[in-house]
This record gives sequence, C-alpha cells and structure tokens, in this order.
Amino acid sequence: MDESIYLDEARDPLIIAEGWMKDGKDVAIATVVETWGSAPRPAGSHLVIDVEGNFHGSVSGGCVEGAVVTDAIDVIGSGKPRMLEFGVADETAWQVGLSCGGRIKVYVERLG
Amino acid sequence: MDPYVLKTLNEERRARRAAVLVTDLGDGRDRIVREGDRVAGELGAAIASAFRTGISRSVEAEGRTFFLNAHLPRPRLVVIGAVHISQALAPMARIAGYPVEIIDPRTAFATPERFHGVALHAEWPEDVLKRQPLDSYTALAAVTHDPKIDDFALKAALDARCFYVGALGSRKTHAKRVERLLALGASADQIARIHAPIGLDIGAASPAEIAVAVLAQTIHAFRSRGLESKGAVA
Repeated sequence: MDESIYLDEARDPLIIAEGWMKDGKDVAIATVVETWGSAPRPAGSHLVIDVEGNFHGSVSGGCVEGAVVTDAIDVIGSGKPRMLEFGVADETAWQVGLSCGGRIKVYVERLG
Repeated sequence: MDPYVLKTLNEERRARRAAVLVTDLGDGRDRIVREGDRVAGELGAAIASAFRTGISRSVEAEGRTFFLNAHLPRPRLVVIGAVHISQALAPMARIAGYPVEIIDPRTAFATPERFHGVALHAEWPEDVLKRQPLDSYTALAAVTHDPKIDDFALKAALDARCFYVGALGSRKTHAKRVERLLALGASADQIARIHAPIGLDIGAASPAEIAVAVLAQTIHAFRSRGLESKGAVA
C-alpha cells in the first residue's frame, strides 16, 4: 500500500512530462477517459510519451502501452488529438491484448 | 494539453491543493478548476461531484463531452495522543485510505512497540507541525485529554482549515476547552467546527469502538467537505 501523502516526483507521469517539456522535448500525454468491465487502470491514469518513444506511467496493465506509444508519436507529429479504444470486442485490441476482458478509451494529445 | 495548464496543475498537486482538469474531448481545450471555484450548470455539478468523490470520468454537458480528471491530495489523519484509541485507529484508518501520523511527547506512550509500522513522533505537536504543517486535506483528532498537548494542535488545525477536527472529552471538558481556545484567539465560528465529544454517535464503549466512530466521522467530513460552508454548488 502506498503510504506517502506527497507526490512521487521520480515516477509521476505529469511531473515527468513537465520536465521533458522544460528540456525542449516534444511530448504526448495519453489519458484513460473511459473504462468498462475489469479495466486494469482507472479513468484519469496517464501514460506520457516523448517523440523518441520513451514513456512513463500506464493506461493498462502493460497490455496496450505499445500501441498507445505508436499513436502518440503520430500525434506529436500532427498535433491532432486521437481517441483510441481497446477491448476484447475490437480485433486490433485483441491482438495487442486487453486479455482481462475490459474495455478502455484512451485520449492521446500533444503537450503544447 | 496546454503547457501552462500542465505547469499550474503540477504546482497545485505539489502544494496538496485539489484541482480538476477539464478537457473538452471535442476540441482538446483544457482548463483547471480549483476547489471552491464556481462553475455553472450541468458541468459545474459534475465538477463538484468530482471534487467530492475524487473520481475522474467523462461527462456530457451543454452538448459537449468533457473529461474531468480529479486530482485530490491524499487525505491523512494526524492523531494527537499515542493512546489506546490510537492503537486501534491507526490500522483501521490506513486500510480505509487515510494514512495516520501520531504525535505525543510522552515517550512512555509513543513507543514503536505500541505502534508497529505507524509514523510516530515522540515530540510536542508545536515542533512536528512546524516541520509538517497541517492543511485542508488533513484531519486532526486530539485524544490525549491533556490541554498542554491537545490545545495547540487544535488551534493549528482550525487555522489550517483541516477538513476534520475532533477532540476527545465530555461536554463539560469541552466547555472548558472552548474557553481556553477563545483565549488562544480562536473565533467562535472556528470552534464550532470541532467535533466534541469526538466520533459519530454509535454508542461506542471500548477504545476500538471509539476508533470506529472517529474514523466514520472523518470519512463523513471528507466526503461532505465544502457542502455545509459553501452551500450548494451551482
């Protein structure tokens, strides 16, 4: 159980994204905005991605992060936000694997 | 996300102040709403609910879809007094999601053997609270019965607008306490916020039962905070 009442600055995705921005990196922020069923991470969870594909945080239990990173790099290039959906009903998502049976919607946007 | 919005959001989070990030999922525009800011209409009601529950979710309002990301500081409970009640309260509160810190300068009470795995300060509240100030996401329960130990912490909790302030003692004990707090400069309105006798009235008899009553009252205060003082949020 996490006992700390203070932010874990070394692991907090939004703090890391701000740090990357200060370093002049292009950054995308992915956020779980809807969940159905047994989604592994609740709405509001973040994955932050830089243009080289480095990432911190999570939007699932590691099942779909790879796919989100690929989309995030496109979003950094275009500046246009994207809504991604993953779930067992979706064939692509099945391939990348939300094997827990849940469904999630992930909003991916560029920082700035 | 707007870089300035991210910077501001992180500042609020570092300072343990609540904020809701509102993102319009149609056009991607975002803004920060702080606790107590007035937002009208359906969106305002949804934001108020996000502050109360801490739950982030998508909402339909004014014909648009918004994502409300609730960033609430982790609540904590500071207990003045390393007594029998605190021994039961600390593990219960931790399980409920309220990490506990116990302060008691009496070294015979504040021993690690009696409080295994609990953040414990065998010091005066004056010294601990100077290093780790109270804030509005902290609850304070004063349970020593000793004015020398409890009073300073109670006054500090009122000044810091702790979301819950409770003090152990009978009505008679509390009446004397009120006199002392007035002398320390607390206002009558502030003093009215103190829950005394402490705990929800569940007929608690044993120290562990009193701990349940205190924890229940803390949770109630947290989930209803802002509702009494600010009135209904539009």
